[in-house]
Order: sequence, then C-alpha cells, then structure tokens
Amino acid sequence: MIWNEEIECKPNHEMKKLQLERLQDVVKRAYENVPYYKKRFDDAGIKPEDIKTLDDIQKLPLTTKDDLRAAYPFGMFAVPRRKIVEVHTSSGTTGKPTVSGYTREDLEIWSEVMARGLTMFGLTEDDIIQNTHGYGLFTGGFGVHYGAQKIGATVIPISTGQTRRQIEIMKDFGTTILIFTPSYGLYLAEVAEEEGMSDEDLNLKAIGFGAEMWTEEMRQEIQKRFNAPAYNIYGLTEIMGPGIALECPEQDGLHVMEDHFYPEVIDSETMEVLGEGEKGELVLTTLTRQGMPIIRFRTKDVTSLRRNPCSCGRTHVKMDRITGRADDMLKIRGVAVFPSQIEKALLKMDGIEPHYQIIVTRPQHLDEVEVQVETSPELFSDEVKELVGIKTKIENYIHNEIGLRVNVTLVEPKTLPRSKGKAVRVIDKREL
Amino acid sequence: MKIKQLSIFLQNKKGRMRNALDVLANAGFNIRALSIADTSDFGILRLIVPDPDKAKELLEENNFVVKMGDVVAVEMSDQPGGLSTILGMLDDSDINLDYLYAFVDEKEERAIVLLHPEDIDAGIDALKNCGATIIPSKDVYNW
Repeated sequence: MIWNEEIECKPNHEMKKLQLERLQDVVKRAYENVPYYKKRFDDAGIKPEDIKTLDDIQKLPLTTKDDLRAAYPFGMFAVPRRKIVEVHTSSGTTGKPTVSGYTREDLEIWSEVMARGLTMFGLTEDDIIQNTHGYGLFTGGFGVHYGAQKIGATVIPISTGQTRRQIEIMKDFGTTILIFTPSYGLYLAEVAEEEGMSDEDLNLKAIGFGAEMWTEEMRQEIQKRFNAPAYNIYGLTEIMGPGIALECPEQDGLHVMEDHFYPEVIDSETMEVLGEGEKGELVLTTLTRQGMPIIRFRTKDVTSLRRNPCSCGRTHVKMDRITGRADDMLKIRGVAVFPSQIEKALLKMDGIEPHYQIIVTRPQHLDEVEVQVETSPELFSDEVKELVGIKTKIENYIHNEIGLRVNVTLVEPKTLPRSKGKAVRVIDKREL
Repeated sequence: MKIKQLSIFLQNKKGRMRNALDVLANAGFNIRALSIADTSDFGILRLIVPDPDKAKELLEENNFVVKMGDVVAVEMSDQPGGLSTILGMLDDSDINLDYLYAFVDEKEERAIVLLHPEDIDAGIDALKNCGATIIPSKDVYNW
C-alpha cells in the first residue's frame, strides 16, 4: 500500500518542478525572516531571486550544527514564537543543544512523512504499534507517534525501558508493529527469550528501527529473533526528526521524502556536490517547513543517493543506510558522544596524562565503553582503595559529561599507541 | 626506623611484572622482599631493594610510575603465633594496618614482617612500647 500515491509516485520531472517552486519559497522565507540566513546570503552575494534552477541551490552557503547552536535557543525561527506549538532539542552533548521549533503546519508535515513511511512497513488503522522510542525532547517518540496516529493505528506510547513490561504488553495487547533502536531491539529479544516467549506468542508483522548505525547482519539477527521484516527509519532533530527517509519492502535503501526534504551528497573536504551513487556527506534542505526552515544542513552522515526505479512503485530518490560519520562522533546506546567530551572530563582530574583511548564494544548487543587512561605519579597511590577511588572519580566525571556510564581502566604510562599524525583516540570494535 | 619501600603501578596484563623486574635485574638490584596487591584491572608491586632512590630513578626512566613510601620492619619469632604477637601489639593500641608482608632472614635465622600501619609513627611507638625489635634499614638491605 502507498499512503500518498500522487506524491510518492510522481514522475521525476514533475517532482523537480515542485521542488524548485518550494525551494524558491523556502529561500525567500529564510532570507526575509531569519537574520542568520540574510547575513549568510548577503555575505555570499546571493539574493533569493538568483535561485532559478534546482542546481542553483549549490550557490547557497552550507549550514552547520555550530551555526544552529549559535542561534540558541530560538534564533533560527522564521515565525513569531507564538506560532511555534512544539519544540524538541538535540541531545546537547557537545555544549548547548540545538532547538527545533514546529508550527501546526510543520507537525502536519511530520505526521504525513511518517505516515508514508509506516505505511511502507505495512501499518494500517487495524494495527497496534508499540513505540519504544523515548517520548520527550528527543524527536523519536513523537515522530513515530504522529505518523501512526495520522494513519489511525492504535499506538502504545510505552517509550524506552521497562523491558519486561514491554514484552508482557507485546504479548497481551497483540502488538503488530514494533519500533525500536537496533541495540534496544536486540536486548529486548534477549529478555524475551529469557522470559520464555516463543514465536507463537508474537503477532508481529513488521519492525521499524532507527536512531543508530547498524549493519545488515544486525538486521538479519533482528528479523530472525522477531520473525518479522525490519525496516530502517532515518531522521535528525535539526531537520524534523524521524521521517526524512524510510525503507520500503524492497529493503534496499531508504526513500527520501523529497517533496519536503531536498537531499544532496557533498565531498566533506571540497564541499563539492557529488553525483548519484557517489559516497559523501548528506546535506539536507527543508522545502516546506514553516517554523524553522533549514537550508543546506551538513548532517555529517555518510551515504549516497540512487535514483533507480523501485519495485515498490515509489519514485522518491533512495539513500543508502548510513555507513559512517564525517566527524569523530560516536553513537553509543543511541547517544551522541564526541571524544572531546571525554577529554574535557579527564582534564578535570589533576595529574592525569592527556593520553587516553576510548574502546567501544558490543558484547551483549548493548554498547559498552572502556576508557583507558595513562596513569601518572600524581595520580598513583600505594593504596588499592585510593586507586579504585580515583578510577570511580574519573568515571563520574565522564558520566556527568556524556550521560553514560563507562568503565575506566588505568594503564601504565606510554603504553597507549602514539602516532605521528592524528592520535588514535577511538577503537570501535562494533563492526558497523 | 622506617624502611623505604617502592610501589610500582602495573597493568593487569601478561608480562608487565616481569618487565619491571627485568629493569632492576639488569642494573644488578637484588630484591629483598616483595608483595603484590592486585585487582581485576591493575596491580601494585611493592618492593624492598637496597638503594631505593636509584632503583626508583631507573624504573621511572623506563616509564614506570613509582611511589616511594615507608614501612616498618619488625623481628618476629619464627614459630606458631609469632606474627599474632606482633599484631596484638598494634591491636591493643587501636592501630589499623593497611597491609603487611613477611620474609625469612636466613643469615640471622629470624623472620621479619614488614608493616604498613595507617599511622606509621603511632605504629612504631606502640611496637617499641611493647618491646618489639624494630630492624633498621641497613640491616634489612644488607642481610
């Protein structure tokens, strides 16, 4: 089934026409209402009237997360604040969070794109959808919620956690569609197994997962464990939340909702726009968003775009699953973590050597972080209890900084690898 | 009265202790006594060597983290209850011990216990008052 056949199967040339109209509109709205864009466009010598073709988008400056952060909290809004009916924020792990504001029309767009995606997964008004994404400032919970309500399905807004309860409800309510992050899904599967739940107890017809990087092996594992196909959801708070691109039953890339979000892939070094099929950093422009138009946002997510005909009948361009990051951000249990945050926490300790290494593993389907820190004479004590106390203190500093528990290991001086170029700060053994 | 002890930080990893000991062996240091405190992540190697200052310098040159501290060496009778007698002296004065280790001094045919009381000076006073024989460092190093 296709939620909005007219749009989702629109011939490419018609889509381009629609995109151009909308691009011209959003550029004008941004220029006239957001001081940041007026300044950036003026500095670049561009006027909204200069956008005559879709390719002219390349004349516009790129926007980064830092730009959004500088406008904290409401500086990017293009409408008076009273028109904003809802806000969400990014996790804010690298300083101030970035705020995302939505008008009533924006929430309608969000519901629409998520309804299209959930329809791809097979959700109808007869279904029961269990949404384990967190409800709150995080966009995951509400995005799925709005889309499912638009379709008219029965939503279980259970949020993350309470794993045994999740399993009980899945069974008792007869959940047909399940939404989770891949790592939480695998954990859920494990607990379900412990609880002695079998396939017959499950009534699942599909799974939607997102908010984390994953591998095809993880998908296979999830599908096997739950005996249902699993589909990918892509989105980011700055642009809207989940719903920017979703996977159809082909399970071969995500259809970008390109009547609302215009995708480009650029080379992160030269900033040049790359051709179809070329791997680079995804850049997104909101074509219809009213509350907070975003022009050419650098997502730092690495992917490529393809415009092959899809057997599902949809004509929207497809993006590959995210295969990496254009910066050193780590996603740990769904939380964005930068090595610089760990460094900041370590610097609070007197006598710590600036040498550390972050080792990420996924032993039981849940991410584990070990931070190895080189010890120093100032830090070292002859007493075991004091050394353990120091280790705990460092763990607490890191917890305050990133919001996650890590395991700190003290190592001997000069034992962590040094390289001539960039230090090897992160060893990610999760094989993503 | 006090004996200088070296404490060396070791990662709980194969070969780490040997590395430290090789540094000392190659420079001709003979270890008089040692003990290890270990946890799942790391260990602390505690050593008594002659010329501890030089040994510390040498270990640090080889990238070990070393602390120098004090312990007390006390003679005890090499028979059942020998150590208990010494501990009783500290107990009676309400002095806590962090750790201890012992060795046999074959030359003098005696046993020696190395003690690390929480308060080392109070510990020495208590032992002296009870008539224990405290062994000076030159005797520990040169036996």
